[in-house]
Amino acid sequence: MKFTWFNLMPWPYLPDDFRETNRSVWVDIDQRLFDPAKSHAVYNTYMDLLEYADTLGFDGVGVNEHHQNGYGIMPSPNIIAAGLARRTKDAAIVVLGNSIALYNPPIRVAEEFAMLDCISGGRLVAGFPVGTSMDTNYCYGQIPSLTREKYQEAHDLIIKAWTTREPFAWNGRYNKLRHVNIWPRPIQQPHPPVHIPGGGSVETYDFCLDNTYSYSYLSFSGYLRAQALMNGYWKRVEERGVDKSPYRAGFAQTILVADTDEEAERLYSEHVSYFYNRCLHVYPGFADAPGYRTIKTIQTGALSQYAPPRGGYATLTWKELTEQGHVIAGSPETVRQRMEDLIKGLNVGNIFCLMHVGNMPADKCMYSTKLFAEKVMPKLKAMFPSWAPDYVDDNRFWTSPLKDQVTAGRLPKEAPTAADLKKTYALEAGE
Amino acid sequence: MIELKTVETRHVPVRYFEGGSGPALVFLHGAGGLTAEDPFLAELAKTHHVYAPLVPGYGDSEECPEIRDMLDFTLHTWDVVEALGLKDPILVGHSMGGMIAAEMAAIAPNDVSRLALIAPAGLWDDDHPIPDLFATLPFEMPALLFHDAVAGAAMLTAGRDVEDPGFLQAYLVTNARQLGMAGRILFPIPERGLQQRLYRIKAKTVLIWGDSDKLIPPAYAHAFKKGIAGSQLVSIPEAGHMVILEKTAQVAEAVGSLG
Repeated sequence: MKFTWFNLMPWPYLPDDFRETNRSVWVDIDQRLFDPAKSHAVYNTYMDLLEYADTLGFDGVGVNEHHQNGYGIMPSPNIIAAGLARRTKDAAIVVLGNSIALYNPPIRVAEEFAMLDCISGGRLVAGFPVGTSMDTNYCYGQIPSLTREKYQEAHDLIIKAWTTREPFAWNGRYNKLRHVNIWPRPIQQPHPPVHIPGGGSVETYDFCLDNTYSYSYLSFSGYLRAQALMNGYWKRVEERGVDKSPYRAGFAQTILVADTDEEAERLYSEHVSYFYNRCLHVYPGFADAPGYRTIKTIQTGALSQYAPPRGGYATLTWKELTEQGHVIAGSPETVRQRMEDLIKGLNVGNIFCLMHVGNMPADKCMYSTKLFAEKVMPKLKAMFPSWAPDYVDDNRFWTSPLKDQVTAGRLPKEAPTAADLKKTYALEAGE
Repeated sequence: MIELKTVETRHVPVRYFEGGSGPALVFLHGAGGLTAEDPFLAELAKTHHVYAPLVPGYGDSEECPEIRDMLDFTLHTWDVVEALGLKDPILVGHSMGGMIAAEMAAIAPNDVSRLALIAPAGLWDDDHPIPDLFATLPFEMPALLFHDAVAGAAMLTAGRDVEDPGFLQAYLVTNARQLGMAGRILFPIPERGLQQRLYRIKAKTVLIWGDSDKLIPPAYAHAFKKGIAGSQLVSIPEAGHMVILEKTAQVAEAVGSLG
């Protein structure tokens, strides 16, 4: 199993009456609700928490990209990832991901991901989302019905840039580049593992299977509601006659651990409510630009990932949210049981653990994270060999770091003197 | 009697409505699409031989992935005119269709001598930002598109059961096909450089605008008038963007002034 500690980086200061006084948390959210001075502490705390997860043995730390969004103050995940690459040691840096249709030219992503892979010593997991309609169409102005074509070209260009050792010309529809020759290039060969966040389209399933990419379903509505979609994926895997390694799939799940189920509710329910009631308050007019989703996807009846449950989230209580699986919360044993159901039910090897929720303060987040790392994660990992014995060593979808990693801050405390240098370089000077 | 027919073009078979008799007239519909029952088509057909091609992806017509940008739309629509065997028809367009018609007249000024633009898209003025049609919910449409929102809502939902889940599914698919295609020239801002080409238009041009158009406000009428030499503006009171439905006869009469 691979557990990635994920932080969406929500803005924690949305007012109590946010829903009533604002039409959307995304796209046209009120500028005045963001306080740059306060964000200084918010950003640094969030990065501290990601670094903390690394010290507890999580397999990865995860970041993602959103724009003009009150629950994701990370328009550039690569900036956060760069900080993490320096300050973490073992965890994979899971950037899930860069919305590659938005970068002009997309070789910018090939370059930045290569830099992250080099700085981190080969610890990068590269995510290539199409991007939500809110981000891609309404914030970044991409034409909805051309977004996928542009995405596909960006993908092909990035992979070619990573894997070609000679300068080449790229005469694409959306990119014309006479001299593609990225420098630097990634450590991991032929390129870092790729994860594709998707929302239920058959085209995306095939794209992942054709390229040996991991398919990730990033939903906030939990594992019970994800069953139908993931069944569709595994059915496609079977039809295509490829192996059913759990690492072919990833799933995001909100997880909160406390000593007891009651304590979990007491500690976390207000933060869960903050997230589901305020942070997911997206104006429906921004949810799904016409042409963004393929006709085939709409016809399969798949709703937009951002379509709220019937009746909206606001009416969901802690009990409903936990029982319906939006949130997995409770004692270590409760969480373990439900995680086991999730993992086996969806057949997923990559879990993106959403362990910071809404306006959760750092102390509660550390508490929950530590309990999960010490009392839940080891048991779930121990389950894997008997559950999926054929895939214990399947590393096609994860990182291959360098054996010898340097750590940040290795310089001596004091600058050397002239005498020191003379001694060090004596031989070279020919003395 | 309006009939739905098909004509082959280079890229895709095109569905078009045909009816009436008189001078040949090509009508290009707006982003909302067109049906055989459209009262404006019927009105035009009283005095003209009307041809109204559907943009690929509209109605039951085939989609055309190769039509991506403004030049593609413009040349494709010329291909349709050619395939219909028409020479210098009266060219009429509403909203998105007006944008395409204006582009056609600008790119081939010697092939269009009579042009009617009804609340055309295609220009942008920072002082009068056009509302985002693509972020507008169905229930908000009537107030945006009609002078009389209540009557407009009745026209938009006529004969449909909006509570039926099957209708909703069909609506989503239709919307994705139609507005998805329209988005190629209208999203996120319905402007693709027409301003710098308007001067090329030689046609006798009539501009027709509803006084209370809230989608493309009348300020744009004056911008078009300024951009097209000798053009004439017909302003119609108590009409919104869907002036062709709200004041059908008056719009047809203004078009009729072209011959």
